[in-house]
Amino acid sequence: MSQFLNDYIKVKKHNFRVGVKKARISKSCYLFLAPYAIIFTMFFVMPVVISIFFSFTYYNILEAPRFIGLRNYISLFLEDDIFLISIKNTFMIAILTGPLGYIGSFLFAWLINELPRWVRSVAVVIFYAPSIAGNCYVIFSVFFRGDSYGHINALLINWGIIDTPILFFTNPQWMLPICMVVILWMSLGAGFLSFVAGLQGVDKSQYEAGYMDGIKNRWQELWYITLPNMKPMLMFGAVMSITQAFGVCDVTMALCGYPSTDYAARTIVTHLFDYGFSRFEMGYACSIATILFLIMILCNKAIQSFLSRVGT
Amino acid sequence: MSNTTNNTTENNNFEFENGDVMNEGFQESFDSESGDVYATEEFLEDVAPIAETAAAPVEPLIQKPEKKKKKKGDDEEESYHKPIIKRRKPNRSIAGDIFLYIFLLIVACLMFFPIVYAVESALKPLDELYKFPPRIFAQNPTLDNFSDLFVTLSKSWVSFGRYLFNTVFITFLGTAGHLFLASMAAFVLAKYEFPGGRTFFKIVTVAMMFTGYVTGIPNYIIMSKLGMIDTYWSIIIPAFASPMGLFLMKQFMEGLPTSLIEAAKIDGATEWCVFTRIVMPNVKPAWLTLIIFSVQALWNNKASTLIYSEEMKTLPYAMQQIQAGGIARTGEAAAVLVVLMVVPIAIFIFSESQILETMASSGLKD
Repeated sequence: MSQFLNDYIKVKKHNFRVGVKKARISKSCYLFLAPYAIIFTMFFVMPVVISIFFSFTYYNILEAPRFIGLRNYISLFLEDDIFLISIKNTFMIAILTGPLGYIGSFLFAWLINELPRWVRSVAVVIFYAPSIAGNCYVIFSVFFRGDSYGHINALLINWGIIDTPILFFTNPQWMLPICMVVILWMSLGAGFLSFVAGLQGVDKSQYEAGYMDGIKNRWQELWYITLPNMKPMLMFGAVMSITQAFGVCDVTMALCGYPSTDYAARTIVTHLFDYGFSRFEMGYACSIATILFLIMILCNKAIQSFLSRVGT
Repeated sequence: MSNTTNNTTENNNFEFENGDVMNEGFQESFDSESGDVYATEEFLEDVAPIAETAAAPVEPLIQKPEKKKKKKGDDEEESYHKPIIKRRKPNRSIAGDIFLYIFLLIVACLMFFPIVYAVESALKPLDELYKFPPRIFAQNPTLDNFSDLFVTLSKSWVSFGRYLFNTVFITFLGTAGHLFLASMAAFVLAKYEFPGGRTFFKIVTVAMMFTGYVTGIPNYIIMSKLGMIDTYWSIIIPAFASPMGLFLMKQFMEGLPTSLIEAAKIDGATEWCVFTRIVMPNVKPAWLTLIIFSVQALWNNKASTLIYSEEMKTLPYAMQQIQAGGIARTGEAAAVLVVLMVVPIAIFIFSESQILETMASSGLKD
């Protein structure tokens, strides 16, 4: 045992020395990396660490943080009904719009890929525009306006389906579905671009070979040739859509108001903003952030291990 | 004529030889008859469907090379391959294609409709905005809403121009810094092996997996400790280190031939020289991709939590304010929306092909 331990330490020491030597040779590499690394650590790594730390404390910016153990988490899950609503809403949005948006991105990228070149570039602009147009979703608030001047209400009244306008963004029954539609409309994002580019990069000779091997239609071609070739892009797209699906807040806040009626459109991020920037209970908000962080990372890992089996 | 038939059979043979796997019957017939392909019945049964499609490109195959030879003469390779590419793809039915076109057209209309609607709303005069029943297209389109933005808001405390300037300033500086720093980091991560490099890149990849909202509150605390609250820098500096840009840049730079860098080094270039003179000019498509993603993030940044002074607020925030102005401001709100939307879309349209080139290497390997 001690022999093994000694060897182990010796190897580690040797590796360390080699590492130091290598690091000394590649000094300029570190110089190049340093500016980015410092800012990245400061605003992306540190915040996560700080937020995990503060999630175990009571902190309101004015007083020094006070350690209270797991009490934040306990009250989140046992006492805070609104948080449970927000979790329910977030998961509903994520489970519906995440996979649908992801599959949609791939489907449209794949269909667009069949088009001739110039049609394809126009189509990519049209499909990608909603997600890049930023705050354009606000226009839906005019479109679904609660009075009879809104298009949807006017249409429904004209057709005689309803006689009083529906308050789309005040009635809890309608809030989430409409938000989901808007989110789906915006969901062809970076993942979609990655798919379009990836599909163009698939080796054409593989399709010819597949044709010789007896592939009969485009669905078989998709499953046996295209998907296995696209695995890295599929991973990238999955990361993008999961991150987007759980981070929903802009759309719900802009359309349904903040806070929304009956908290019917409250998501985890909205809850986080409420406690962080309205009530300044930073400790509590940090525990929400930590939970969101864990959900996102775990989901991503799970989906990645699932996707690595595609086409096999 | 005999010449052309010879050509035909040759071309056919060529096609079959190129196919990765041949049918057994075909293989046998090919071996035994030594080139005379149409000999055995067995073969005919097996290869008939292939032979049909293979026969389709035959005609252009014969004609085109001759035409080209008259013009150019020497690049036979190119002129031989072109007709094959132009042929209809295999495994595609015409009915399926028609259905595909119709389906895509409908979806594209649905996707683009809200954007058209936003533009139309911005062009409508006030009386048309509140017509019953409402119309989608403006009857008397005006640009009044846009000029109103400048005229009416110039009387308010902070003018529209100031909001516009804030957003442009933040977007421009943030994007430039991000492009520069991320490329520097991506260059060494992609082209050199050094201790810690891989780990760092893995951390960056993980950082892509959570949104900025997770780090919002600690960021606020860090900013207040640094004294950067209520300055432009609180928005600009975190944007420098956006993980997505580094990721895309690094993936793209990995496709750059290392020999290029080695050659430059042998000629006596320093690292800095290699970076600015060799690497950066060669990754221009990736620049545009980084720019589009960075602009997209910064241009729509509300900055409502980190900036308090009204005169430093950004355009999306102003839009919220204008919207809150109620019915009288609907047209102007739509006009701001159009201003906000036009810039990223225009950048995307002009750089689409380069962006797609970069995204081709965006895959995430495990």
